[in-house]
Amino acid sequence: MIAMAALQGFDSLMSGDTVVAQNIAFGILAVVMIVAALRMVTTGNVVHAALYLVIVLAGVAGIFILLGAEFVGVTQVLVYIGAIVVLFLFGIMLTRGALGEDEEADTEKRRMAVLVGVLVLVVTGGAVLDSFGDAAVNRAAPSLTAEIGDTIFSQYIVPFEAVSVLLLAALIGAIVVARKD
Amino acid sequence: MLLNQFLLLAAALFAIGVYGVLARRNGVLVLMSIELILNSVNINLVAFSAVSATVGGEIFALFIIAVAAAEVGVGLAMVLLLYRNRRSIDLTEIDQLRG
Repeated sequence: MIAMAALQGFDSLMSGDTVVAQNIAFGILAVVMIVAALRMVTTGNVVHAALYLVIVLAGVAGIFILLGAEFVGVTQVLVYIGAIVVLFLFGIMLTRGALGEDEEADTEKRRMAVLVGVLVLVVTGGAVLDSFGDAAVNRAAPSLTAEIGDTIFSQYIVPFEAVSVLLLAALIGAIVVARKD
Repeated sequence: MLLNQFLLLAAALFAIGVYGVLARRNGVLVLMSIELILNSVNINLVAFSAVSATVGGEIFALFIIAVAAAEVGVGLAMVLLLYRNRRSIDLTEIDQLRG
């Protein structure tokens, strides 16, 4: 059944209908991302959680590329998978043994957390379905990186400078907080 | 592709991230769940940017990526400080401010 559906998708692709191919790619990415995210918040092993986070972040990069935002997708891979996950792995390494892997990794309020998560999903999902009934994403061509650069350095120059100051503050703050006196 | 499918995927990731923040007791795992939430917001921004055929949403996604990097740096420094002072990163034990 699935093979037939995939074959039909392939046929449509060959006949020039890329929408079906996009939807198949989206479906695969979405399923992989949600399964990996669920495993990330339920696994007892912290290192495994970091590796599941890598899968989710790579899936988000795939979604960005599917949406035609190539530059954001590449930045996602460079900054998130390249830097932030490595930072997480260092943090796990430096705090190793703080919580054993067999020990219960979740609080006793897990049921309440499940309830809150489901409520968030129902409310936001309902609002989204109510607001954007059948708006379609029909991007003719991927967005141009040159246009992104032009817009950042003209219209968004003040937020850009603010982000650079923020990064400097975070750098100094992290050193001040974490250094040994 | 419908706009809704991206927004619903982002809503699902957001809800999973909220669950992770509330249910986890390890400080590093809570920070990871916050990353999940920020990524779901980025999906929304880029999807709206694709619908409106402007680059504004993509630029805000880039800003959020930069802010997330800063947040993880400071957050992990705080977790390391916590570990050094208390030999534990169990957030349920950090309750001195409780009345």
